[in-house]
Amino acid sequence: MTGRSNGTHGTDAPRRRTVDSGGLALAVYEQGDPARPTVLLVHGYPDDHSVWDDVAADLAADHHVVRYDTRGSGASGVPATREDYRLELLGQDLYAVADAVSPDRPVHVVAHDWGSVQAWEAVTAPGSYRRIASYTTMSGPCLDHMGHWIRHRLRRPTPRHLAQLLRQGAHSWYIALFQLPVLAPAAWKLGLARLWPRVLRDLEAVRPRPGHPQATLARDAVHGIELYRANMRPRVRAPRERHTEVPVQLITLQRDHYVADFLSEGLERWAPRLTRRTLDATHWSALLEKGTTVAAMVREFTARDHGAVRREPSAAGELAVVTGGGSGIGRATALAFADRGTRVVVCDRDLPAAQRTAELCELSGVKAAAYRVDVSDGAAVDAFAQQVAADHGVPDVVVNNAGIGHSGTFLQTTEEEWRRVLDVNLWGVIHGCRAFGQLMVERGTGGHIVNLASAAAYLPAKQLAAYATSKSAVFMLSDCLRAELAPHRIGVSTICPGIVHTNITRTTTFSGLDEAALAAKQAKVSKLYARRGFPPEKVAAEILRAVRTRKPVVPVTFEAKAARLLGRLSPALLRKAARINAG
Amino acid sequence: MPRFPYDERDLAKFREVQQLAYHCAEQVAAWIEPGVTERQATAELRRCLVRAGVQDFFHVPFAWFGDRTAFRHFHTPLQFFAGSRVLAEGMPYVLDCAPVVDGYTADIGYGGKVGDNPVWDLLAKDLRTYRDLILREVRARKPLAEVYAAVDAQLAVHGYDNRHQVYPGRVIGHQVTRNTARGPAGVNLFGFGVRTLQTLGRELVKERLEGRSPLWAGGRASRHAPTPGLWAVEPHIGFRDVGIKFEELLVVTDEDAYWLDDDLPHVRRWDLQEATA
Ligand SMILES: NC(=O)c1ccc[n+]([C@@H]2O[C@H](COP(=O)([O-])OP(=O)(O)OC[C@H]3O[C@@H](n4cnc5c(N)ncnc54)[C@H](O)[C@@H]3O)[C@@H](O)[C@H]2O)c1
Repeated sequence: MTGRSNGTHGTDAPRRRTVDSGGLALAVYEQGDPARPTVLLVHGYPDDHSVWDDVAADLAADHHVVRYDTRGSGASGVPATREDYRLELLGQDLYAVADAVSPDRPVHVVAHDWGSVQAWEAVTAPGSYRRIASYTTMSGPCLDHMGHWIRHRLRRPTPRHLAQLLRQGAHSWYIALFQLPVLAPAAWKLGLARLWPRVLRDLEAVRPRPGHPQATLARDAVHGIELYRANMRPRVRAPRERHTEVPVQLITLQRDHYVADFLSEGLERWAPRLTRRTLDATHWSALLEKGTTVAAMVREFTARDHGAVRREPSAAGELAVVTGGGSGIGRATALAFADRGTRVVVCDRDLPAAQRTAELCELSGVKAAAYRVDVSDGAAVDAFAQQVAADHGVPDVVVNNAGIGHSGTFLQTTEEEWRRVLDVNLWGVIHGCRAFGQLMVERGTGGHIVNLASAAAYLPAKQLAAYATSKSAVFMLSDCLRAELAPHRIGVSTICPGIVHTNITRTTTFSGLDEAALAAKQAKVSKLYARRGFPPEKVAAEILRAVRTRKPVVPVTFEAKAARLLGRLSPALLRKAARINAG
Repeated sequence: MPRFPYDERDLAKFREVQQLAYHCAEQVAAWIEPGVTERQATAELRRCLVRAGVQDFFHVPFAWFGDRTAFRHFHTPLQFFAGSRVLAEGMPYVLDCAPVVDGYTADIGYGGKVGDNPVWDLLAKDLRTYRDLILREVRARKPLAEVYAAVDAQLAVHGYDNRHQVYPGRVIGHQVTRNTARGPAGVNLFGFGVRTLQTLGRELVKERLEGRSPLWAGGRASRHAPTPGLWAVEPHIGFRDVGIKFEELLVVTDEDAYWLDDDLPHVRRWDLQEATA
C-alpha cells in the first residue's frame, strides 16, 4: 500500500454513528473488525477526522479504528459558549466515545496537535489506565506539563533555558494571535481557509489531495479558536500536577514548525512509562504524507503487551545494543535501558557475562539477548550487526562501550601492546559505528550512537600513551561522524568518564611488568578506584540522558569535568601535568 | 588457635535452637499478608518464640519489607529496627531473629515474598551459590577477609550488590559462643540483649589480644583463618529494591567446616527446585 490511500481501504467504508457527550452530539466513524483492539484517533486544529484517512485505512487491516470530529468541528455539534470548550469537557468527550465503541476493553488512543492536548487531559485523569491501554501522542503537549515546563525555566533562567523559552515562544506566535478578538476569525473567513492547501504544500510539504482539507474548514477553524481561548491561559498560569500510569509513546516530528522537541524534556516525571520515537516529518506531513509510517509505529506500540509489561518479556519496542555489556559501565547501561522498557542486545568477548546481563535485563520485563563478539574483529562485528537486524530489528541506540585499559609510557609500550589497545578501543568503535550506522541510515527513522571515550581523551598523561591516544581518536571520530549523520537524524554522543569503579582495573595491563608485579599493580589500582567509589550506574544514567537530550559530549565524574574545563582555560597546564607519573 | 570448644551434645542444642528459630520464622511467614506492618511482624515473631520457650534474645527480632530488604536509603543504625512499613502484594520481606535457650544461641535470617516477584525469585535461587562458596573457602582455611572478597567477586559476576556491608561493621558474620553471662535476661540495649553485649564485649577484647576478631568483615581485622567454633554467617545480597539473605550457623572444627544443619527452609527449597528442574 502506498502513502496515498483513498481513505476507505477497500470495502471497509467508515460506519457513521452519533455519540452523546453531556448533551452534545459527536460524529463518530468506525472501521475494521470491532473484535480487534480498538484505536481511537483524535484530530487537531483546524482539522476534522479526515486528517487521519491514511493512518486509519492502514490500521483498519488489524484494528477496530474509531475516529470522531471533536466538539465544534466537522459533523459534530458546536458548543454554545467558550466555557463549553474547557479541557475537562474535551476529556469527557474522549471517554464518552471510548465507552460507546469499546465498553468492555480499554482503547489505544492516538492523537495529534489539539487532539493530543485533549487526549492528555483524558490520559492524565485518575484511573485512566482502566479505560486507556496506551497513548501515542504527536505535536500536542499536556498544557499543565507545559505550564510546569515554563515555570521551571523561568525559575532557573540559565542561558539554555532562556533560549528554549524564546524558541518555543517563536513557535507559538499564532497562539498570541488567536487571543485577539476579531482578527483571527476574520483571517480564516477572509481567505486563509482557501489558501490552506497552499500553506500545507509550501510550508508543510503536503501534496494537495481531493477531499482535503474538509469542506467545513473555515467554520471549524473559527470555532476551534475557542479551544485556545478557553484553555491556554488558565492551564499555563496555574498548572495542575497531572501524572499517568498509561504507557505513552511520544512521536517527535523533527520538522515541526509549531511544537519544539525540547518541550518534552522531563516528560518522564509525569509519564514514567514513556517511549520516545522520532519521525522525519512536518506537523502535517506526518499524517498526510507518512500515514503508513505513523500507522506502523502505532501498530508496534499497541501490539506490546502493556498489561504484562513487568511480567512477560516484550518482543517489540525500542532496541538498544551495548558492546562489552558483560561488566561495568556496559552492564549498568544495558540494565538502565531495560529498566526503561527498552529491549537490549549485549555482546561481549565473555559470553557467560553477557548472558548474565541479559538475564538481569529480562527481570525488567523486556526481551534481551547476548552474543559472543570480539569487537576488534571487523568481520565479526558486521556479522553481529546483520544477526541483530535479522533477530531483533535495526537498533535505535548503539553503545560502543567495549574497551580495555593499558598503562605504559610511549617508549615502554611495545608494538604489540599498541596494536591490542588500538584494535579494541579504536577499531572496536570504528567497526561498531560502521556496521550499525549503515543499518540505521538505511532504515531512515533516525537513532543514536554512543561512544565511550574517556577523560583521557583530552587529559594527556605520559603513563597512558596508548590508552589516551585510542580514546582521543574515538573522541574525534565521534565529532566527524556526528556531522555526517546529523541529516539522517542519528545523534552521536561521546562519553568521557573519569575514575569509575568497575572491573577494568583488574584486567588493565601494564608495560614492562612481570606477572607478580602486574597482579600487585592491578590490586593497587583497583583499590584506588574502589576508594573513589564512583559507580558505573551513574555513568549509565548519564548515557541515557545523553541519548534523550542528544548531548554531543558528556564528561562524567568531577575529575573528568574539571580536566575538560582546565584544558580549555590552560592547555599548557595540562601538558605540564602530563609529566606527573600517575601510573 | 583455640581448640574447637563444643561437644556433640552442645551442637545438638545449638541445632535445636536454630530449628526452633526457623520454625517460628516459617510460622510468621505463613501468617504474614498484605496490610501487616513490620512492627506487627516482629511482635508476632517474638510471641511465637516466647511461646516456644525462648527466654532471652541475642538481639531483638527484625523484619524488613519492600526496598528495606535491600537496606536502600539506610543512613543510621536506627533504621534497622522494625517500622511502620506496610507489606503489599509483590513485596519481598526478611525476618531476622536470634533466640537464646539455656545460653545456646541461634541467629537466623529468613527471606520471603508475597505474590509475584521475579527479581526475588532469581536472587533466592542464586543465594545457594554463596552458601556453597563460603563453605568451600572456609574449608580451604582461607583468611576470613579473603572469603569476604570472594563473596564480593561472586556478587560482581552475578551483578548484585553486597548488602551485608550496611550492617554495623560491614560484617558478613560473627562468632557465636555459649552465652554464660549473668546480666538480666530479656533486657536489651540498642537492640542487643544485655547478656549478648557482655559476652560480645568479653570476646572482642579476648580475640583482639590474639589478633583475631569475633566479627567477620572485609578489613584488616579479619585477615586470619577462621577461628574454630561457631559462626553465624549472613550473606545479604540485593538487586535494585529487593534484598534477600540467609543466616545460619557454620561449624568450624579444628580441621574441617560444615553447616550446622542442612534441614532448613531455603536448602529444602533449592533441593526441591533442583529435583523438579
Ligand atoms: N572504568 C573507568 O574508570 C573508565 C573510565 C573512562 C572510560 N572507560 C571506558 O568505559 C568502557 C567500559 O569500561 P568498564 O570500566 O566498564 O570496563 P570493564 O572491564 O568492567 O568492562 C568492559 C567489558 O568489555 C568487554 N570487552 C573487552 N574487550 C572486548 C572485545 N575486544 N570485544 C568484546 N568485548 C570486550 C569485557 O569482557 C568487559 O565485559 C571502556 O571503553 C573504558 O575504556 C572506563
